[in-house]
Amino acid sequence: MKKLLFLFVAILFVVAGCSSSDDTNSDNPGTDTFNRKALLENIADNIAIPAYKSFKEEMANLKTATSEFVTTADESNLVKLRTAWLDAYVSWQSVSMFEIGKAEEISFRNFMNVYPVTTTEIEKNITDGGYDLNSVSKQDEQGFGALDYLLNGLADSDTGIVAFYSSDVNATKYKTYLSDVVERMDTLTTQVVNDWTGDYRDSFVNNSGSSATSSLDKLVNDFLFHYEKHLRAGKIGIPAGVFSNTTFNEKVEAFYKKDASKALFNANLTALQDFFNGKHFGSTTTGESLKTYLDFLNTIKEEEDLSTLINNQFNLARTEASNLADDFSAEVRTNNNLMLDAYKELQKNVVFLKVDMLSALSIRVDFVDADGD
Amino acid sequence: MSTKYFEKNTEAAPLAVFRIFFGIMMSMSIIRFWSYGWIDKLYIQPKFFFTYYGFEWVKPLGVYTYVIFAVCGISAIFVALGYKYRIAILIFFLSFTYIELMDKTTYLNHYYFISLMSFLMIFLPANAYYSIDAWRKGVSYQYIPKWTIDVVKLLLGIVYFYAGLAKLNSDWLVKAMPLKIWLPSKYDIPIIGDIMHHEWVHYLFSYTGAIYDLTIPFLLLYRKTRGIAFILVVVFHILTRILFPIGMFPYIMIVSTLLFFSDNFHHRVLAGISKIFKISKNHFDTNQVFSYSSIQKKILISLVSLFFVIQLLLPFRYLLYPGELFWTEEGFRFSWRVMLIEKAGYANFKIIDSVSGSRFYIDNDDFLTAFQQKQMATQPDFILQYAHYLKQHFKKQGHKNIQVFVESYVTLNGRLSDQYIDPSIDLVKEKESFKHKTWITPFKDEIKGL
Repeated sequence: MKKLLFLFVAILFVVAGCSSSDDTNSDNPGTDTFNRKALLENIADNIAIPAYKSFKEEMANLKTATSEFVTTADESNLVKLRTAWLDAYVSWQSVSMFEIGKAEEISFRNFMNVYPVTTTEIEKNITDGGYDLNSVSKQDEQGFGALDYLLNGLADSDTGIVAFYSSDVNATKYKTYLSDVVERMDTLTTQVVNDWTGDYRDSFVNNSGSSATSSLDKLVNDFLFHYEKHLRAGKIGIPAGVFSNTTFNEKVEAFYKKDASKALFNANLTALQDFFNGKHFGSTTTGESLKTYLDFLNTIKEEEDLSTLINNQFNLARTEASNLADDFSAEVRTNNNLMLDAYKELQKNVVFLKVDMLSALSIRVDFVDADGD
Repeated sequence: MSTKYFEKNTEAAPLAVFRIFFGIMMSMSIIRFWSYGWIDKLYIQPKFFFTYYGFEWVKPLGVYTYVIFAVCGISAIFVALGYKYRIAILIFFLSFTYIELMDKTTYLNHYYFISLMSFLMIFLPANAYYSIDAWRKGVSYQYIPKWTIDVVKLLLGIVYFYAGLAKLNSDWLVKAMPLKIWLPSKYDIPIIGDIMHHEWVHYLFSYTGAIYDLTIPFLLLYRKTRGIAFILVVVFHILTRILFPIGMFPYIMIVSTLLFFSDNFHHRVLAGISKIFKISKNHFDTNQVFSYSSIQKKILISLVSLFFVIQLLLPFRYLLYPGELFWTEEGFRFSWRVMLIEKAGYANFKIIDSVSGSRFYIDNDDFLTAFQQKQMATQPDFILQYAHYLKQHFKKQGHKNIQVFVESYVTLNGRLSDQYIDPSIDLVKEKESFKHKTWITPFKDEIKGL
């Protein structure tokens, strides 16, 4: 009897030890449970990968337009290049939240879209040469923000801008820097896209457990982080002076382009909401998502319909932001209250997403012991 | 209890076994904590630490924090060996408690339990038998006063029973909350993962948990139910270990409950250890009885009695506060309310210059770790302390007329999030105390029960 007891105890300890490992997978979800793997599949196959592929095409167009402009630096090629840049920039808004896998490993977002950029350093890079764009300290001297400066900010007129690439004493150096920045963005994009279309897709989908390192936990944390830091704060809050005593109209996205900040904001807001609803990229079809997961849990919990509240709040933020001018920088200077109003609506969803949703999904922020009090 | 009870003696073996396991478990806890890099992450990396009221002077000591952990771990080994036991357990108690007081972000009921247990052990003759002390002094006592073992059982019993009492509320019993939130997220555990979303499972776990906590101390006390009780202890704690991130606690409790087993059982454990390490167990089996002088005994018994009176009353201090305990958390800690509520929050701090009216919001990432933010957002005393810290920080930066307001939202056991702190209150003007915090927004729902 005693021996049996000890055997029993020993087995339980082993079971506990095994199941506490951090990479438990669930390949066989029961039929009537919520299928997390299907959720991850929908995100990977219908949202992230198509969005990345589309972004890669835009990057290819940008690269072509850049080489055309570098070959023949005239105003017509500048206009074409600028269009390709803006198209890619809008497309970027659909992938920037997926800072997971290779993107996380190479700090994709920080090399692609830090703003404001430091123009004095960019100028220094151009004239001195010998820069290393791989360096973390050079994140604010490259990416979409640097292109914004190089294509829109060098002079007031297109003639003036083209002059930097044609008649300026450093024209060749300007061309080189422009090409290098685009080349690096393209290289990084290729790395991330190749990873998704290669092995990463399966490892992402199969990591369907519930530990802090599972795909869903990480992705939800990434989604929240992006919403809070990059959409709410980066695009609206920081320029509107929410976190400071003064406003910073020069800290808007695409500051030099002037009329693009709203389009970029809207694209990102929509991408985040579509992600929440599991809407397929470039289609109206929807699949398993945070929304359907919340709805499933809600049938157990019988509390208020959280996914509707979240969607309503997304819509309210979009409506409030529709009052803003195309150029957020001008809006900050002339009527910052509208910016603050938009911020307020965005802020309300932080509460729904970060408090109510996270709690409902029982997703942890960190791996530490906690006994729930 | 009659004075006769305090005259009774019993075998010292159970307490010796308990001492050995306790020491080993504690040193393992320290090693585990260290190996996860948590000393650095929790006590060195953060810029700011949440102190306990009255213990504001207890703070991490930079890299020397490792020394405290080392001291704590080594003293635990000394306790296990029973070498210089009295000083070792004292040092263990002090260093362990110091660690726990450094930042209340990491508060865990089981850490509090360890502090209490090690405090109690300072006064117990746990080294009288089967210890290096007993070996070296050449005096081993095979028998010790019965009450010195019973107090350990009593403390264990209180932990369970009070944890059970805390579950007797409408959220736990009527709504099966928070297990209804927690269990479905455990879909990926082996065998039982697939049933975790069924409502009946949530209720089953809620009720079994409550009944288990309330009855297990009694089942362990009686010889006839002891065997089954121990199986229950193992199953229950292993389950909690699988389901929840509670670290070493389940193992510590399993090992502790061995104390309830017979003297014979403990002698066999010690015989086993003796065999492995080639120790002569006979050397300790002296038939000698350990006894206190009558003055010692009087002091010890009054002290330990006082300790238990406090233990029995402290968890009920919440009755002195108005409002819902789970919402305000006034009187929540140090009360064996373990894995009882699912709470999450968000606190957005606003700094205002009361003269110029200029204002800005705080990015909490600039000051707190993710873990600290999580704990801070749902507990008023954290919110208040952080607000004062922010004031000091911006005062140093040259800001003037600083007011600190907070817009905060909390969800409790699946209810839709609601405003937590009165957003019109300048927190700089509020002081920490044991008094009720009037600036907590009242709870809109009702939770019935204890």
